[in-house]
Amino acid sequence: MTFSLKKFFSGSNGWVSIALLAVVILVVFPLAFDLFRLNLTGKYLTYAFVAIGLVTLWGYGGVLSLGQGVFFGLGGYAMAMFLKLEASDPESTKIQSTPGIPDFMDWNQITALPWFWEPFHSFTFTLLAILVVPALFAYFIGAAMFKRRVGGVYFAIITQAIALILTILIIGQQGYTGGANGMTDLKTLHGWDIRTDSAKYILYFLTGAILIGVIAGLRWMLATKFGRLLLAMRDREDRVRFSGYDVANFKIFMFCIAAIVSAIGGALFTLQVGFMSPSFVGIVPSIEMVIFTAVGGRMSLVGAVYGALLVNAGKTLFSESFPELWLLLMGGLFIAVVMFFPNGLAGLYEKHSAKLKMLLQSLLARRGQVAPAPVSATVTPLEPEKIVIPKARARSSKGKKRVLTSEGSR
Amino acid sequence: MNAARKEFALTVEDLSVSFDGFKAVDGVNLYVERDELRVIIGPNGAGKTTLLDLICGKTKASQGTIKFKERELTKMAEYEVVRSGVGRKFQTPSIYENLTVYENLEVSFPRGRSVFGCLAFKRTPDVTERVNAIAETINLQDHLQREAGALSHGQKQWLEIGMLLMQEPELLMLDEPVAGMSVKEREQTAELLQRICKGRSVIVIEHDMQFVKNIAHRVTVLHQGKVLCEGSIDKVQSDPKVIEVYLGH
Repeated sequence: MTFSLKKFFSGSNGWVSIALLAVVILVVFPLAFDLFRLNLTGKYLTYAFVAIGLVTLWGYGGVLSLGQGVFFGLGGYAMAMFLKLEASDPESTKIQSTPGIPDFMDWNQITALPWFWEPFHSFTFTLLAILVVPALFAYFIGAAMFKRRVGGVYFAIITQAIALILTILIIGQQGYTGGANGMTDLKTLHGWDIRTDSAKYILYFLTGAILIGVIAGLRWMLATKFGRLLLAMRDREDRVRFSGYDVANFKIFMFCIAAIVSAIGGALFTLQVGFMSPSFVGIVPSIEMVIFTAVGGRMSLVGAVYGALLVNAGKTLFSESFPELWLLLMGGLFIAVVMFFPNGLAGLYEKHSAKLKMLLQSLLARRGQVAPAPVSATVTPLEPEKIVIPKARARSSKGKKRVLTSEGSR
Repeated sequence: MNAARKEFALTVEDLSVSFDGFKAVDGVNLYVERDELRVIIGPNGAGKTTLLDLICGKTKASQGTIKFKERELTKMAEYEVVRSGVGRKFQTPSIYENLTVYENLEVSFPRGRSVFGCLAFKRTPDVTERVNAIAETINLQDHLQREAGALSHGQKQWLEIGMLLMQEPELLMLDEPVAGMSVKEREQTAELLQRICKGRSVIVIEHDMQFVKNIAHRVTVLHQGKVLCEGSIDKVQSDPKVIEVYLGH
């Protein structure tokens, strides 16, 4: 888990890796998959938003939240409320006893649109709500916890409790929320039918592009002094506090950012899947999202996206054949990753990428009938990759030289 | 030492704290002047570290006052105490092992301490200049780009002192700064402390009497949460009460 600026250019958080991810998401997948699979992938990518939020919050900030589904849900529900209102125009709901309100309200003997639904007629308000509501919610939870120095396991448990409370609330207030079924039959966005094939393509690309944009934004943030301070805080919270920083504010900010990012994912989820339900809010999805992050690598924004894709692909494959076994497998996977690969896929990649590249280059060299000399020549530029080898082994004099160059390139 | 002068940098009066009825610090009075290097000694459990915790706000006092530059510290949050000019070094080296020496010092630079200040922080020439100057003071100028975790124990101790110096504190509190250091490193540290106490007040907790002799202007002996004796090192060492509880053993 060594940290240096060099990593931002070469490691799994580097621009190269981000560009590669963009190509995979925006070019490779659309070419390789049919619409059904692409739509599924798009859904997984919305989970990736939560996963990258967790990279900054948990990986860098050291704050583990087991309730990120709450924010995913808040974003998703905000979008669903707008779409549901649009789908519930008086014309298409004229068979209801109260036309013009969402169907589930009518079923629950509600005769007028509740006040908090009214503003969701406006798309601008909805977009703002997707960003602001989760941020405010995170701010209040964060302020209540972090100012009192609640952290670690206690914080994780409380976030779990909040996820549970919100699920119960949504299910219990069926007339206002659609209950356990969620909000279904979402049809159009400003008259644009989101169920058509072309809409599915467009929404997929929108999701991919926003994801890459958010990753770039977070990467920038982690490269500032703020990112260094997060790491400092994770390792020596007291030292940061006694260097004149109000540690709680940094945690609250991080929690809000992770919440906003998750909510964006939730809103895009609703658009792509066409419904939102409490099963994406509660404890199980929240923990699943932590697993995506752990598998992908909690220190790597790009890795977390691959983690989300891979685990979900596995879930889809396995749960078709062995639905009973999937949850056990998932739990086992989490334990295995935490025990054996604490930095997940990204950690593995960074550990072996130097070797891998050397192997590739020697293969290429042989193919091109080039003498071995260029192979050894290419070893030098590979050195930066070694920067991510665990601390104990990265203490050679070469290490010093490498980081020096990173200062120069700044 | 001009005793008649009443301008103390730090005034601690009647300070007490109890943990579940146990009085760790009990009615302590302490006056430290500017440019003074005060050493606090005392047997284990005498309340030395707790006293520093109280001054820097890590522990809240049950009663008493702590005035620093005419400002009351007991009601402040830790970061406010730090911003008012108090620096604290912990007993075990407390540095950011995953950051380089340069980054360790830079993070301690007193600018951009808010969330948005951090996001907007730029590595300007004055930062670099100051980092380099401090690195030279603490003998780490050749290790700036090394990861702090890879430093030797003594170097880590110096780095933490350097991180405090970055803040330009007017009161510097060091908890056993030479613990685990070699003889040569101790000498270098003594010399470092002599240099950095100019223009500020320094409080050091230490067990090594030879080291105390080298650096102390005045010595305060704590015993069971109370001040047992105070004065020059010679006076303290010849005090029968001190010999009884501490030096004699």
